[in-house]
Amino acid sequence: MELKTKIHAEDAKQELVITREFDLPLELLFKAYEEPEIVEQWMGTKVIKLENKKHGSWQFITTDPKGNEHGFNGTIHEFVPNQKITRTFEMENTPFPVQLEFLTFEKLTANTSKLTMHIVYKSVADRNQMLQMPFAQGLNMAHNRLESIVSKLK
Amino acid sequence: MNLRRDVFQAIADPTRRAILVLVASQSMTAGAIASNFDTARPTVSKHVQILTACELLKQEQNGREIYYHLNPQKLKEIADFIEPFRKMWDDRFNKLESIMKNYKPDKE
Repeated sequence: MELKTKIHAEDAKQELVITREFDLPLELLFKAYEEPEIVEQWMGTKVIKLENKKHGSWQFITTDPKGNEHGFNGTIHEFVPNQKITRTFEMENTPFPVQLEFLTFEKLTANTSKLTMHIVYKSVADRNQMLQMPFAQGLNMAHNRLESIVSKLK
Repeated sequence: MNLRRDVFQAIADPTRRAILVLVASQSMTAGAIASNFDTARPTVSKHVQILTACELLKQEQNGREIYYHLNPQKLKEIADFIEPFRKMWDDRFNKLESIMKNYKPDKE
């Protein structure tokens, strides 16, 4: 089966492109980014603020499994319904610098649409660290699982 | 027995995996890494040495301090390290898709 979500990250570039095709009309895809209640559901976050307009700002708070709260925020630079959102993204209380995101929404057919997320980081190293985060966490979890399976065999 | 110093040996130990997770978010000195563990400092230092020998950690001289950071090139040898990142987004987008398929607009 072909992968629906694709990541394009060139070696020496401080940017990456995420693309995804949805079995959804363009308007429904865009609504998932526009309506705070829907964003909360699929992002698994609490939406504190989401001002969908030029010079608007947004703020999310996510609670991890340990109960720690993580804040995210940014500014909206462009908001064109069913076309594009340009915004900044910052993880609070982390060494990661702010990143710039260009979201483009396209109609493919009446019932399918495509999202392109073009993310620009401060440096190549910053981009690579962001890419590594889920890897490092997954590695840890995979090995913990392996250890618990092995310990049951003893 | 031939002692293999490869990435797979490096990640076989829980302390070394914990060290990799630590430096994934920022580069650190050996002292800063050791301060995160209850284990004796020379033991942590030995783990850092093994990770460096396997090139999973890279050293960077900054003044009098040596900082350690993750070497992504080496991580690629274990697996395609982008895959978990892709999977994270794929899961999110799958959720978005299933929520919106059941979405009933107020007006219509």
